[in-house]
Amino acid sequence: METAAGGGCGSGPPLLLSEGEQQCYSELFARCAGAASGGAGPGPPEAARVSLGAATAAAGPVADLFRASQLPAETLHQITELCGAKRVGYFGPTQFYVALKLIAAAQSGLPVRIESIKCELPLPRFMMSKNDGEIRFGNPAELHGTKVQIPYLTTEKNSFKRMDDEDKQEAQSPTMSPLASPPSSPPPYQRVPLSHGYSKLRSGTEQMHPAPYEARQPLVQPEGPSSGGPGAKPLRHQASLIRSFSVERELQDNNSNYPDEPWRITEEQREYYVNQFRSLQPDPSSFISGSVAKNFFTKSKLSIPELSYIWELSDADCDGALTLPEFCAAFHLIVARKNGYPLPEGLPPTLQPEYLQAAFPKPKWDCALFESYSESMSANQQPRDLNRMEKTSVKDVADFPVPTQDVTGDDKQALKNTINEALPKDVSEDSATKSGLLPPPPALPPRPCPSQSEQVSETELLPQLNRVPSQAAECSPAKKDVSYSQPPSKPIRRKFRPENQSTENQEPSTAAGGPTSVATVKPHPTVQKQSSKQKKAIQTAIRKNKEANAVLARLNSELQQQLKEVHQERIALENQLEQLRPVTVL
Amino acid sequence: MAVCIAVIAKENYPLYIRSTPMESELKFHYMVHTSLDVVDEKISTMGKALVDQRELYLGLLYPTEDYKMFRKLHNSYTDVMCNPFYNPGDRIQSRAFDSMVTSMMIQVC
Repeated sequence: METAAGGGCGSGPPLLLSEGEQQCYSELFARCAGAASGGAGPGPPEAARVSLGAATAAAGPVADLFRASQLPAETLHQITELCGAKRVGYFGPTQFYVALKLIAAAQSGLPVRIESIKCELPLPRFMMSKNDGEIRFGNPAELHGTKVQIPYLTTEKNSFKRMDDEDKQEAQSPTMSPLASPPSSPPPYQRVPLSHGYSKLRSGTEQMHPAPYEARQPLVQPEGPSSGGPGAKPLRHQASLIRSFSVERELQDNNSNYPDEPWRITEEQREYYVNQFRSLQPDPSSFISGSVAKNFFTKSKLSIPELSYIWELSDADCDGALTLPEFCAAFHLIVARKNGYPLPEGLPPTLQPEYLQAAFPKPKWDCALFESYSESMSANQQPRDLNRMEKTSVKDVADFPVPTQDVTGDDKQALKNTINEALPKDVSEDSATKSGLLPPPPALPPRPCPSQSEQVSETELLPQLNRVPSQAAECSPAKKDVSYSQPPSKPIRRKFRPENQSTENQEPSTAAGGPTSVATVKPHPTVQKQSSKQKKAIQTAIRKNKEANAVLARLNSELQQQLKEVHQERIALENQLEQLRPVTVL
Repeated sequence: MAVCIAVIAKENYPLYIRSTPMESELKFHYMVHTSLDVVDEKISTMGKALVDQRELYLGLLYPTEDYKMFRKLHNSYTDVMCNPFYNPGDRIQSRAFDSMVTSMMIQVC
């Protein structure tokens, strides 16, 4: 349906709309026109005069729609003028479509001119805060884009940014989070489209959730955004996240006046950070020294200036060491940065040490923690995906938990030795090497067995690969009665098949305490088995090499024979030549 | 009043220089270098004494008025040093340091 804009828009050229645009615009127009019959709202001065005919859109809804585009009033004024609504006195379809295109142009940063709408434009974006119906102004087509894959952190970030920019417009929608009542945001701000979809989820009924998720999920999944595949997963479970998030938000609102932010640390994140801290420094009330922290954070593969900046932000007392809250803040900033957030100018209030200490009670630092932690992890499926998101986005932080692998992985022997040495060691060993061997969240495997096996699994060497699954396999069956054996297999399997993680986590890991004695006994036979397997592998390799060697040797001898014969012929010919030559010379 | 602030490393190269745009930067760089000579002089006459903070500073021009400024600078500098990601000898890229310096220059200019 092409709309010739000649009549309504004066000198405007014919208006060509693409499929998506046509659909969208006609829907919007119908909506505005439909809303008109319900009584026109008081049009703002810059809106067109109202004609309540069925063929026109009323000024009220139109004005609301235009305002929802978040363009400044001046721009809207220009647009309404340009589209001709002022001239004719109403928003006919022509005017409306032209206006929408102009809005899209303005949102893309183009000047508000008729010429701007000649080119290919994205659909205009509207942020509505009222009804679910209106929310669909945000075109699903746009949501197809890679921008959609955002963990909930992103939407919080949205609101965080906006809260900084403008006064709270929460008066518009008191029940909604700031997410839903966005002030004007610059069009290039990428997260915009989803956030209002997110607002729909927040405000709308719960049964809204499954439908958009199903719709978006297939759309989202094929995309490969910068934040990585994990983006799809949090979307899938966003319903649960939203619920937990909204609950959490209410709690937070009770606790403090801070608006929702991506800088708020959730429980799961907090636990993970705490465990990482514990791996570096067993005493929770003491510090992590600068160098230890540096090594640890360097594994996150962020650039040094960024890490330096993160340190500046998080080391509040500038003492060169990180206490637990400081460490959590730093870790959170790193995770956020890996997910693509720009670093803030100053430490956000929710990351300040005092806030963190007040918001989260200190965990119990003993073996009981491990039990409760694993139980909570097994019980708590929903945040898993956030963690998975974190984990996989932190995946090239994958080296994060494995510090020494790069060093030892090159040398088979060294690896064997380290394994042989490390396995009998006690769980309570918290050296720096161990620290890095914790896998990404949420599993906290016990020290000896899986840490080494994880270390091993990262190497490409064949024997190690053999050893890893065998060790894992032997760890688990050998320790069936000790349910802590489940965690050992987790890191390995996670590397190969991340989706098994949830099933593994479901397995209760109850008797986690005191695994040391069991661990020390078991690894020895397993090591022996592995060394024999290794021997076999080496022997087969040797055999093959020998065969190849033999073949080549035979070839060599044959060629040598031929060479000799050729030599002899040559000698004979030269002799003949010599004999003949003196005759000719003479 | 502070038109130029510079942090010079032990090897006499600047880790950080910031000046107000009024004058040419080069001139300031020269001045900074010459002032290093004054500093060296002071050091040689001082002996090991104490934390050089105060003494060194008083050795320069306009001592007392800018004492606070110097102390702030010095504190920020130590904060930068505390950062384990900072390699001594690198240019100082800390944003906090930058902002502190700019605030100081604005304040007194």
